[in-house]
Amino acid sequence: MTARLFELMLKAAGYTVVISVASIGIGLLVGILVCAAKLSPRPWLRWPAGVFVSFFRGVPLLVQLLLIYNLLPAVGIVVPSVVAALVGLSLCTAAYQAENLRGGFASVPRGLLEAADMAGLSPWQQFRRIRAPIALRLTVPALVNEAILILKASSLVSVVGVIELTRTAQNLAASTYEPLLFYSVAGGLYLAINWIVAGGGALAERGLRRGRLA
Amino acid sequence: MTLPAPAIAIRRLCKSYGQTEVLHGIDLEIARGATTCLIGPSGSGKSTLLRCIAFLEEATSGTILVNGQPLGFEEQADGRRRRLPQARIREVRSGIGMVFQQFNLWPHMTALGNVTEALVTVQGLSRREAGERGMAQLRRVGLEARARHYPSELSGGQQQRVAIARALALEPKILLFDEPTASLDPELTGEVLNVMRDLGDEGMTMVVVTHEIGFAATVGQRIVFLDHGRVLLNGPPAELFAPPRHPRLTQFLETYLDRGAAMLLKPA
Ligand SMILES: Nc1ncnc2c1ncn2[C@@H]1O[C@H](COP(=O)(O)OP(=O)(O)OP(=O)(O)O)[C@@H](O)[C@H]1O
Ligand SMILES: [Mg+2]
Repeated sequence: MTARLFELMLKAAGYTVVISVASIGIGLLVGILVCAAKLSPRPWLRWPAGVFVSFFRGVPLLVQLLLIYNLLPAVGIVVPSVVAALVGLSLCTAAYQAENLRGGFASVPRGLLEAADMAGLSPWQQFRRIRAPIALRLTVPALVNEAILILKASSLVSVVGVIELTRTAQNLAASTYEPLLFYSVAGGLYLAINWIVAGGGALAERGLRRGRLA
Repeated sequence: MTLPAPAIAIRRLCKSYGQTEVLHGIDLEIARGATTCLIGPSGSGKSTLLRCIAFLEEATSGTILVNGQPLGFEEQADGRRRRLPQARIREVRSGIGMVFQQFNLWPHMTALGNVTEALVTVQGLSRREAGERGMAQLRRVGLEARARHYPSELSGGQQQRVAIARALALEPKILLFDEPTASLDPELTGEVLNVMRDLGDEGMTMVVVTHEIGFAATVGQRIVFLDHGRVLLNGPPAELFAPPRHPRLTQFLETYLDRGAAMLLKPA
């Protein structure tokens, strides 16, 4: 493999990282909103959030991507395929992250909120200062897990025409007749990226260790 | 001479969980500047009563006056009660601090962070001013040197002292304790009880639910003995614990010989 081809593979890996990181980030924001809606006392917020979560957790990501890719132009929205890919990945991970967050919120001991009540914190102040920070800390391991899953799942967006790492390996394998080489390199690059993510997660957990629930 | 108004006045307080009534019409006044110890068998309703006073539980009927102000509900002319607006509830409650059996420190904040949180978030003090006041409270419970430690890095006794400092920082007129030493190793109960004793000496109004009979008998100025959701006995320890004793109290004390009750029971 020439240096130029390896460079192409590295670039594609960079693209995979960008798509995944953007999806995780957007997914976290949407996930927070969905989680808030699911925890809301108002049924007209809870109900759609429930539908959202069951749809995006129940339908295979590949089908979701193909649906979104074909649905958007059908309703008159013409976007580059990378946007369709981002929408699909983000909404899918949002559903999982919303459920992880909900678990985090449910694990905040009630006594901590009673103490906040006695200290005079309003419900919003309790959310901002006590509930959300503790729930987010409890969710860090699940978030790292989700990031790794999305990095791997991002290989699926090649079906809507996004040339990321997997698709690039496919293309080069076909044009050079060296599939074993390029798929090995692709696998190695995925592995390396996920090592870094897992390492970062371990560091984050170490950093939060002092403030863990006793 | 008129008697000073009680810190807390409780009238005909009833509390039910579902169909089960656990407090059956409690009438009780808590004297200002004194330590009142609430004792009684497990399940007699001590925690429930204390939590009603803190408005962490809403009583089913009856009234509670805190520093002369109705807490949570107000009795109307027709005898029915009306829920007070949230702002009023918060105001009356701000005169009350609470210390829990499980400490309930916020794990993601340092000791100092726990003590200063409400000073900054609720009272709007600057970080510097809150920090100074927080350090003063930590000094009061002997934990100045642990200010930067997280709860997970403190012993149970230290955590409970931080919790006391957190409550004190808001300058409450009344401090409620629900079995503050019950989840501590025996060798750590002393440091917490000593802090509470000092607070009593300084004239803090305290209501203490406790199984530490020795502490109740020596520090409590008033003992309230709860049994099956009723106030069975209410008086100064010298009176209550001296023979002839109420048979229910004797029976109760016999189960707490290891917590300082032996001394009270031994024949003179
Ligand atoms: N949230 C609740 N729901 C239903 N019943 C409850 C609840 N909390 C307390 N009870 C019941 O109310 C009664 C009084 O309980 P409480 O916790 O006040 O007793 P206690 O005197 O504090 O006992 P202990 O010494 O064991 O702490 C008990 O019978 C208990 O089962
Ligand atoms: Mg109790």
